[in-house]
Amino acid sequence: MQLSRTARVALRVAAGFGFAVIYLPLLLVLVNSLNPERSSSWPPPGLTFHWWSVAWANDGARAALWVSVKAGLGATGIALLLGTLIAFAVGRHRFFGRDTVSFVVVLPIALPGIVTGIALNSAFSTVLEPLGVGLGMFTVIVGHATFCIVVVFNNVVARLRRTSGSYEEAAMDLGADTFRAFADVTFPMVRSALVAGGLLAFALSFDEIVVTTFTAGPGIETLPIWIFNNMTRPQQAPVVNVVAAVLVLLSVIPIYVAQRLSADTATGSRI
Amino acid sequence: MTSAVQAAGRSPVRRLAGALHRRPRLRLSLLLTAPLLWLAVLYLGSLAVLFVSAFWTTDSFTSQVVKVWSTDNFHTLFTTPVFRQVILRSIGVALAVTVLCAVIAFPLAFYTARIAAPKRRPLLVVAILTPLWASYLVKVYAWRLILSEGGLADWILKPFGLAGPGFGLPAAVLTLTYLWLPYMILPIHTALEQLPANLLDASADLGARAGRTFRSVVLPMVLPSVAAGSVFTFSLSLGDYITVQIVGGKTQLIGNLVYSNIELNLPMAAALSTVPVVVIVVYLLAMRRTGALSSL
Repeated sequence: MQLSRTARVALRVAAGFGFAVIYLPLLLVLVNSLNPERSSSWPPPGLTFHWWSVAWANDGARAALWVSVKAGLGATGIALLLGTLIAFAVGRHRFFGRDTVSFVVVLPIALPGIVTGIALNSAFSTVLEPLGVGLGMFTVIVGHATFCIVVVFNNVVARLRRTSGSYEEAAMDLGADTFRAFADVTFPMVRSALVAGGLLAFALSFDEIVVTTFTAGPGIETLPIWIFNNMTRPQQAPVVNVVAAVLVLLSVIPIYVAQRLSADTATGSRI
Repeated sequence: MTSAVQAAGRSPVRRLAGALHRRPRLRLSLLLTAPLLWLAVLYLGSLAVLFVSAFWTTDSFTSQVVKVWSTDNFHTLFTTPVFRQVILRSIGVALAVTVLCAVIAFPLAFYTARIAAPKRRPLLVVAILTPLWASYLVKVYAWRLILSEGGLADWILKPFGLAGPGFGLPAAVLTLTYLWLPYMILPIHTALEQLPANLLDASADLGARAGRTFRSVVLPMVLPSVAAGSVFTFSLSLGDYITVQIVGGKTQLIGNLVYSNIELNLPMAAALSTVPVVVIVVYLLAMRRTGALSSL
């Protein structure tokens, strides 16, 4: 399509403006964490790292960070196991209901979080509470794992689609049994997809707030819930600003690592 | 014969491996049992119970759930003006966000897919995707900072004698558009990138100017991708209640109604939460007709 010079320039400008709007709010969060005033008004009268050291010493934020890390690791572990199992079933076998299985995997992330949240909440309180298990870390991990499975599944199944099963067959022709072929041939082929999937699953869990709200008991506060609870408290505003800035900086890590590990599959898997 | 003798002499692990290899159905059931138990029993089971409980009622004195089948909740849902209003408002917000996303995403994707130098395109895709991994809550918080009184929006608009929109419905639509924009840019980018150049050349050879080529060639081929992206922007907006709580002022969407009913009237909350699910399913079916789902 022969676009006129004006049209090309106009599109360039529009795109530049678009990218600016996409990154401006994130940049604002970073600058705002250096704002010496509590009110977060614009423009900041100066820049200071004072609140960073205050935030570093904030017990609530630290405790919430650990809760988030633990929940994320637990959910990632379960998601890695279950997601990989389904990926191998869907990627290496043909069976009745295969499309349904792929659909059910996506469902927890496709339905609104509040629907998943209250469904799990009422199931937990009807089934687990009579058994003496209240809402807490365990239920948060179960809830998070449910919607993290899809991320691992997407990564591994995409890798399996790209690598044909004939390598495993060749290994078996050379005398390797099923386990040996898996350990020496299949696993190395999917390893980086597993790392990427696990990383993205952790990031998804780390960021989740809606399902967490309904599956965490009163004592469990993950980092997003901590931010949400403290967002409207003027006293805590500077610490919230710093935590938000840290999260913006950290968000670069999963996408960078995943991009390096498996450029074709990882980035799109939030979708 | 010989293989049976050999097998008998092998280690149990090797025999197990052989058995697994010979029985693909066994292998498949071992792979699927655990994940399907998790997803079907735990997840789909919970969902099913939730939707059944929509037909139960609540004792208005004790707030205890009464497990007697009735369609009262759905009757209330469709006859109470507030509920109807909120449902329509939520669908309107989801549609507005979708249209805004499509309008903003198109020029951006056109630039990243067809105008930017080919070797810079992968980097641009990463630049589109990175904000998706920035915390949802932090992005909403950023807009709270921008739109708050004396915030960035006020500061930018002040020289023009204007003020920012403040917190309310427009702020919620704006923030949701920002949140889900990458989900719209990416499919459009992919479709535009895959558009064969010779189709565009053919259109030009037949005498079409850029505008005509855009309308008659580019748009019809990219539309399924817009539909694919809209599935995300629409369903994510429809179920949201956190953004509205943070920047929406007093605005209520379906999610907020569900949230406010959970404590006192769980069956009503369940009935309310069927609304976004049904709307999303209907939307998905409508989009499937455009061929959008195959390009997801």
